[in-house]
Amino acid sequence: MAEQTMIRRSPLAPAADRLAGVGSATGGAVTLAEVPFLTQLNLRLDPTGPAAEAVAAELGVALPTGPGSASAGEVTVLWLGPDEWLVVGAPGTEGELEARLRSAVGDAHASVVDVSAQRTTLLLGGARARDLLALGCALDLHPRSFGTGDCAQTLLARAQVVLVGREAGEFWLLVRASFAAYLVDWLVDASTEFTSTELTAG
Amino acid sequence: MMLIPCPWCGPREEAEFHYGGQAHVAYPSDPAALSDEEWARFLFFRDNPKGPFAERWNHSASCRRWFNVVRDTVTNEILAVYKVGAPRPVLA
Ligand SMILES: [Zn+2]
Repeated sequence: MAEQTMIRRSPLAPAADRLAGVGSATGGAVTLAEVPFLTQLNLRLDPTGPAAEAVAAELGVALPTGPGSASAGEVTVLWLGPDEWLVVGAPGTEGELEARLRSAVGDAHASVVDVSAQRTTLLLGGARARDLLALGCALDLHPRSFGTGDCAQTLLARAQVVLVGREAGEFWLLVRASFAAYLVDWLVDASTEFTSTELTAG
Repeated sequence: MMLIPCPWCGPREEAEFHYGGQAHVAYPSDPAALSDEEWARFLFFRDNPKGPFAERWNHSASCRRWFNVVRDTVTNEILAVYKVGAPRPVLA
């Protein structure tokens, strides 16, 4: 078989330096980085049927039945709708994970679709991360209403995102590849709010 | 800006939704039997009440599900939210 070289370029590869620059410009008050190539599988099935139980047993975690997420090891399941989830895993595991989910649902009326290339992921951290999001997002982002494990599809600066609360006050922003450059432009611009020592002091 | 309570996602701002017009407009059981006028009535004619109005909304920026809302067209007060297929609730 001929030797093949796989060249994969993430949507935000050209923006890596600008993303890293936000952390240094804000003294760490806001940090941004792309988490490229996460495995993302769209899963649709009846949440009350046997397929839901089979998938839960396979992944080792129950499918969330309302807005939120659930994790088991490397796999995080995000609730997208009453019969729809996004199963997120480590880069490169899409083939294996898809096969596992397909065999779990069996003949049930269900769909498992690899949508890993649809969105890329931004990791947002720093003490002012919530304040940055609040500049362009109407959700109540106070920790008591949006914390670790919470998940919402919403608009950030009018771009559709999946917002996920991660450990240690960090967030995942899943954004469509075609909106990613725009969203980074907005985030980098909005983060200048936190470059002043006066603002970062609080 | 209205705050619309999605039955799945909870209260979200209006910009996340698409409007779908009057709810409970039944598709004709035998469309071929309709006259042009009756078909036009089904397609284009809708109630336009001053007061409570049952209408469809789609949460397009989030869960992308359709649901029904009873909204007062005078005050924009949302009087009821219910899932597609459920009957229009009786309001006091
Ligand atoms: Zn919703």
